[in-house]
Amino acid sequence: MIRHNTYERYQRQIILKEFGPAAQDKLLAAKVLVVGAGGLGCPALQYLAAAGVGSIGIIDFDLVELSNLQRQTLFTVEDIGKPKAIVATQKLKLLNPDIQIDAYYYKITHKNAWDLLGLYDIILDSSDNFATRYLLNDACVLLNKPLVYGAVLRFEGQVAVFNLQTEQCNYKTNYRDLFPQPPLPHTVPSCNEAGVIGVLPGIIGTMQAAEVIKIITAIGEPLTNKLLTYNVRNNRFFEFLISPAKSVSINIPANKTGFENFDYEWHCGIANNQDEITVDEFDELRRKDGVLVMDVREIGELPAIDEFPFIQIPLSKLEQRINEICTNKKIVVFCQSGIRSLKAVTIIRAKTGLEQVYSLKAGIESWKIHNRKKAIF
Amino acid sequence: MTLKKAFNFLKMKINIIAFGQVAEALKVDSFIVADIKDTEDLLKYLNLKFPQVQQMEFNIAVNKQIIHGNTILSNNDTIALLPAFSGG
Repeated sequence: MIRHNTYERYQRQIILKEFGPAAQDKLLAAKVLVVGAGGLGCPALQYLAAAGVGSIGIIDFDLVELSNLQRQTLFTVEDIGKPKAIVATQKLKLLNPDIQIDAYYYKITHKNAWDLLGLYDIILDSSDNFATRYLLNDACVLLNKPLVYGAVLRFEGQVAVFNLQTEQCNYKTNYRDLFPQPPLPHTVPSCNEAGVIGVLPGIIGTMQAAEVIKIITAIGEPLTNKLLTYNVRNNRFFEFLISPAKSVSINIPANKTGFENFDYEWHCGIANNQDEITVDEFDELRRKDGVLVMDVREIGELPAIDEFPFIQIPLSKLEQRINEICTNKKIVVFCQSGIRSLKAVTIIRAKTGLEQVYSLKAGIESWKIHNRKKAIF
Repeated sequence: MTLKKAFNFLKMKINIIAFGQVAEALKVDSFIVADIKDTEDLLKYLNLKFPQVQQMEFNIAVNKQIIHGNTILSNNDTIALLPAFSGG
């Protein structure tokens, strides 16, 4: 039953003849988990909270940074350095104090995802990496929950609804029917590296929220078994049909135990790489004598680093300037997000014959965040 | 192959639309190729003509249906080259 002030809050959608109080009741009873409160997550969260989704979970382990504000519309300069999940929850409670909003300020992993996803009816994937995307996909297949997917790069976005059975179709598909295996690491640039136009995640994240609302209220046709692509530059939309791929069942763990033992970071090639060192290992190494620290970003890239000494040779110039590397000891290479520095490791080893060359995993951005977290807590 | 079939094959045109980092690598987001009989043939052509896509992984859709194996092409088919992206 809808109370008077509840009716007033949602009046514009309740008066839609397809919607009515019944659809509003469905929204108020629904539980949606949003994974990632970034470019896609912010607009999705705003519309889900505004529409009256009764229970919303927000999982994100990141802190707000100045470079987020170009597209992550829930945050202001006041929020820089604060946890996104917690700030987003506070902002959304001001927007709609009548719904339940829970912040999970930690990283989603194969160890904790099963129980968390179990608390919600629909999962919205607004994450920014393949490990999380495959993890969410497999968990949603095993737990039989709809997954509303969105991804962006530069000027292009993708939206799809995975693992949702509809009356119109006798099969359902998931992310692995589209991309059976993660791409090789470092073949796909991240938004940190390749950039993204700020309005794009706003559009794609809002479309994800629309799909969630359609699924909950059973209004319209959700993007099941389809991939929708959108290009900001020419306003072109394309819709592609997805059919089940035979290889899918081989790639997905068989059950809860299999899932909890499946290391998605390793699966996506971003963990246990012996060429990579963690932030803590980086800090330990850079303080030692004879270790050469090297920035392979282009000149002028931010964040600027003044916390420790290093040399800078942009990756684009590395091969021609390789003779400037005068050391016979260890080299530690960093870039923005850890992709270019891995390429640099390969080049330096091949050209100089040095073996002890390492890349800072997840880049200097991750180092900055890590150090800021240390300062806060 | 009859003469008529051979003639049709020779004048066959396939429309290609590229997305994301594939379009970036090809430096063009749509173009037309001729005399390609199936999707494997198309991949060979792309690898030869655009070596920069050799390392890339992408899906292929033939007339908006994402395919999972080699697919025979017909005149005027539209092929989409769809890479995964993970940004959020």
